[in-house]
Amino acid sequence: MRYAMAIDTKKCVGCSDCVIACQTENNVPLGFCRDWVTETVDGTYPNVSIELRSERCNHCDNSPCVRCCPTGASHIEDGGIVLVTQNKCIGCGACIQACPYEARYSHPDGYVDKCTFCIHRVRKGDKPACVAVCPTRCMYFGDLEDPNSEITNVLKNRKFKALAPEAGTNPQIYYLI
Amino acid sequence: MHQISDVCQTMNESHNELFQMKTRRDFIKISALGLGAAALTAGASKMGMGFPLLGSENEPGSEENTLRRVPTYCEVCFWKCAGWAHVTEDGNIIKITGNDDDPQCNGRLCPRGTGGVGMFNDPDRLKTPLIRVVKDGEQTYREASWEEALSLIASKMSDLRSKYGPESMALFMHGAPGTHFSHLLKAYGTLNLAAPSFAQCRGPRDVGFEATFGESVSSPEVTDIRDTRCLVLIGSHIGENMHNGQVQEMSQAIDNGAVIITVDPRLSTAASKSKYWLPIKPSTDIALLLSWIHVLIYDDLYNKEYVSTYAEGFDELKAYVKKFTPEWAYGITTLKPDLIRNTAREMANAAPSVIIHPGRHAAWYGDDVQRSRAMAILNALLGSWGNRGGFFFKEGIKLPEFPHPEYPKPAWTWKDLLNGKYPMANEAPTNLVIESSIPTGDQEAKIKGWIVAGTNLISAIPLKEELSKAMQSLELLVVVDTMPMEITGYADVVLPECTYLERYDDIRATSHREPTLCLRMPAVEAKNQTKPAWWIAKQLGERLGLGAYFNYTDFSEVLDWQLKQVGSSLDEMKRIGVKKLSRESSPYLEPGTSHTFKTASGKIQLYSHELAEAGFDPLPAFTKHPEPEEGFYRLIYGRAPMHTFSRTANNPNLVALMPENSVWINPQVAKIWGIKKDQYVWLKNQDGAVSNFAVKVRITERIRWDSVYIVHGFGHHHKPLHFAYGRGVNDTELITNVMMDPIMGGTGMRGNFITFLTEDPGKEVEA
Ligand code: SF4
Ligand code: SF4
Ligand code: SF4
Repeated sequence: MRYAMAIDTKKCVGCSDCVIACQTENNVPLGFCRDWVTETVDGTYPNVSIELRSERCNHCDNSPCVRCCPTGASHIEDGGIVLVTQNKCIGCGACIQACPYEARYSHPDGYVDKCTFCIHRVRKGDKPACVAVCPTRCMYFGDLEDPNSEITNVLKNRKFKALAPEAGTNPQIYYLI
Repeated sequence: MHQISDVCQTMNESHNELFQMKTRRDFIKISALGLGAAALTAGASKMGMGFPLLGSENEPGSEENTLRRVPTYCEVCFWKCAGWAHVTEDGNIIKITGNDDDPQCNGRLCPRGTGGVGMFNDPDRLKTPLIRVVKDGEQTYREASWEEALSLIASKMSDLRSKYGPESMALFMHGAPGTHFSHLLKAYGTLNLAAPSFAQCRGPRDVGFEATFGESVSSPEVTDIRDTRCLVLIGSHIGENMHNGQVQEMSQAIDNGAVIITVDPRLSTAASKSKYWLPIKPSTDIALLLSWIHVLIYDDLYNKEYVSTYAEGFDELKAYVKKFTPEWAYGITTLKPDLIRNTAREMANAAPSVIIHPGRHAAWYGDDVQRSRAMAILNALLGSWGNRGGFFFKEGIKLPEFPHPEYPKPAWTWKDLLNGKYPMANEAPTNLVIESSIPTGDQEAKIKGWIVAGTNLISAIPLKEELSKAMQSLELLVVVDTMPMEITGYADVVLPECTYLERYDDIRATSHREPTLCLRMPAVEAKNQTKPAWWIAKQLGERLGLGAYFNYTDFSEVLDWQLKQVGSSLDEMKRIGVKKLSRESSPYLEPGTSHTFKTASGKIQLYSHELAEAGFDPLPAFTKHPEPEEGFYRLIYGRAPMHTFSRTANNPNLVALMPENSVWINPQVAKIWGIKKDQYVWLKNQDGAVSNFAVKVRITERIRWDSVYIVHGFGHHHKPLHFAYGRGVNDTELITNVMMDPIMGGTGMRGNFITFLTEDPGKEVEA
C-alpha cells in the first residue's frame, strides 16, 4: 500500500476550504496550518497565467525529517504515511529544518505537528478532511499500488509534477497540470 | 436578571432619554461597556477548538464516537447549504460538514461554511440587549434585560403606530432573521420591507431577465453549469464568489472540457481557467454584448428555430444592432475584433448548451438593467433558456403558511413613495426607504422607525450622507444582529440574536433542479443572553397586541405543522436534515411542444414593449461612462472565497485565512508611483473621500493599468470587532458617486476613481 494524493491545478480555485477543514478536523490552533494554498503568477498582462496549489506534507518516500529525528517520534506508518508521535517528540525542531517543503510547525503544546493524511479517517475508510470538503473535487487520495484506484487512473491519464523533485525526497503529492 | 420593578423604573428613565435624543443620535461603541472584549487576545489562537488534542498513539478523532450530529443549513451566505453541526458531549460545536443529500452542496461546504464555527465561537458576539441612555450628558449603552428592551421597543412602536400609522415602520433585512421580522411588520401593518440584496446587488439582473424571459434566474441560480459546453462570465468571478453549487459545477464543466470565456478587467480565478480572457476596459460591457449580438445575427450564427418559435422583436433587434460591429466595439472595449468574433463563434458552436451568466452583484454603472437585458437577449439568440447546459426551469415546493389572521392592508407602501421613479422596482430599494426617512423642508419624513436585522447598512449602502441623515431623523432604530457591526452603534436598542447554529429558522424550501426541504435546528443552547429571531419577533408581537399571529410557544411547532402538510415531520427532518422530492415537470423545453413564457405576450421579449411604455430604451443602448482622470484608477471591488462581506470579517477562523484585503495594482502603475510590494497606502477618491485605514499593495500582472481591485467587506472601524478593526479598507467609503438605475433604483457603484496617498493623511476615524 502506498497512499498518495493528486491535486488538479486546473480545477483548484484556491478557496482554502481544505485549510479550514483540516483546522477544524484536527484541532490545529489558529495561526498555524497543516496545509496551505499557494498562487504562482506567470507572464505579463495580458498574457498571464496562474497556478493554484493546495500544499501539505508530501509524505516523502525518502524522508529527511524521519532520518534526522533523534527520538523516533517522526516515523513512517503503513501506507507510507509520515507521522509524529506526540508524546515521544521533544520539540527539538530538527525535522522542521530538514524538510524542504516547510511542511511542519511547532505546536504551542511543545511538539512538532504536520499533515497526517487524516490517518484517523483513512483507517475508517473515509477520505482526508481536505479531500472530503474540496468544493471543486480537485483532490484525489488513494493507494498508488492499487491499479484500480482513482488516483492511479488519474495519474495514468494526466500530466503531473511533484514539488522540488531535486531535493530527492520522492514526494507523494502530485499536481495535475 | 433585573426585577420587574427595576425594569419599569429604568424603562421610564430610558424612554425619556430616548425622546430627548431626537436631534442627534451619537455613534456609540459597544466596547464602552467593556463587554466581553477582554477575553480574546491570548485565547484567540485556540478559539473554537473544543476538540481534545491528539492521543499519544496518533489516533486523533477516536473520540468522534461521542459526537452528535445536528442538522442545520448554513447562514454564512444566501446559498444556504445543508450541513451537520458536530457537537461534543460538553456542548461545543467542533466542526460543520455538508449534508451529502443536499444538491446545493453535495456534502461539501465552502470555506466560509466550514468556518461557520468561528461565528459561534467569536468572543466579540453581542451578549445581551443594550439600550441607549444618556449618562453624565453622554450617550452610552446600558445592558438591559430582554423584558426591558422588548417593552421599550413595543411601546415606541405603539407610539409610532398611533402617531403616524404602522406604515411609518420599515425593516432592513438580510438572511433568515428577515422572514421573522417581515412577518411581525406585516402583522403590524407595514410593507416597507427592504433588503440590500435588491438595489445594491441582484436587482438589475433580475429585472433585466424578467423583462426578457418573464422570470429571473432566481436564487440559487437556474444556470445549468454542470452540463454546459460554454460558460461566459462577465465580471462574475465564480471561485472567488463561492456560491457553492456554481463553484462545484464550474469544476465539473472544466472536467467535461467546456469552453470558458471570461470578461473581466482582472484575471480572476475563473479567468485563469478560461480558454479566453477578455480584459475589457471597465464600463464598456454593453458595447461588447451588442457586438456579440451583431456577430450572431449578421454571421448567421443564431438559433433560428428557437427565435422564431419562442421570441418576438427579432426584426427590430436585427436592424438596431447593424452598426455594432466588432470593429466598432474594438474602439470602445479595447478588445480585438477577431477575439470578439471567435468568442461569438464558440458560443454558437456550443448552443444551446451555453450560458451567458448574468452574474449576481449587478449594480455597476446605473444602466445595469440594460446590460442584463443584453445578456438575456444573447441567451435568447443562442436558445439557452430552457435547454440542457443553458438555463433549466426550476421546480420547488411551497410550504403552507402556519395559520394566522390575515395581515392588515397598509394605507400606503413603499410603492407610493416612488413618485414615478423606478417604475420596474419590484422590491423596495433600500435607498428609497432611506430617503423617505429624511424630512425635507417642512415635510415630515414618511418613515420614522427602523428595524435592521442581519445587515450592516454602514458597509452595504453606498449613500453615506443620506444614511446618516436618515438615522439622525428616526424616532426609533432597533438593530438585531449577532455581532457588534458598525450599525449597532447607531441603534436605540440593540438586540443580540443567537447564531444560526443555536436556533430554529424557517424550513429551507428550495426551488432548483429538484425541490428540497431542509431543516435548521439548534445544535447547542444559545450562548449568553442571545435569542433567536423568531422568539424576538414573537415577543414583540405579543407586546404589540399581535399575539394571534404568533400562535405557538416554540417555533418547532410551526415547522412540524408545515412539514406534516407536505408529508414529512420535524422528527423525520431531525434525522435526515434534507429531503429531496422528485420533480413533476420537465426541466427543459420539450421539442415539438409549445411553451408560454411569463411575459405579457407569452414570448421572449427581444424588443421590450414594457420598457418602451415605461419610457426606457426597448433595446439596450451603450452609454459612455466617465473615465478616470490622470493619476486616478477605476475602483473595482469583488469577493474572496473565504469571506462573505462584513458578515465574516470578524470570524476568527476566517480572519486567520485572510485577515485583510489588499489593493491590486498593475506593475506599471506601481512603477509610476514608486510603490513597492506590500507597502501600505491610503486611498482617496475623486470626491476627496479618504480611506479610514491604509491598505497593503499587491502588485500584480493580473489587472489592467486603468483599474485597481479590492475585496469588499474589510476596513471595519468599530473597535468592538477586535479581529476586523482597522484591517484593510472598506470600498464603500470610497464609493461616493452612485449611478442610479432609473429603471429599478439600483445603485451603480463602479463609477469611482481612486488615487494613492503614500503618507498618512491623518484622518480621524470614528471608532
Ligand atoms: S479546497 Fe480544493 S479548490 Fe479549495 S483551495 Fe483547497 S484544493 Fe483548492
Ligand atoms: S514533506 Fe517534509 S515533513 Fe513531509 S515527509 Fe517530506 S520531508 Fe518530511
Ligand atoms: S456557499 Fe458557503 S457560505 Fe454559502 S451557504 Fe454554502 S457553505 Fe455557507
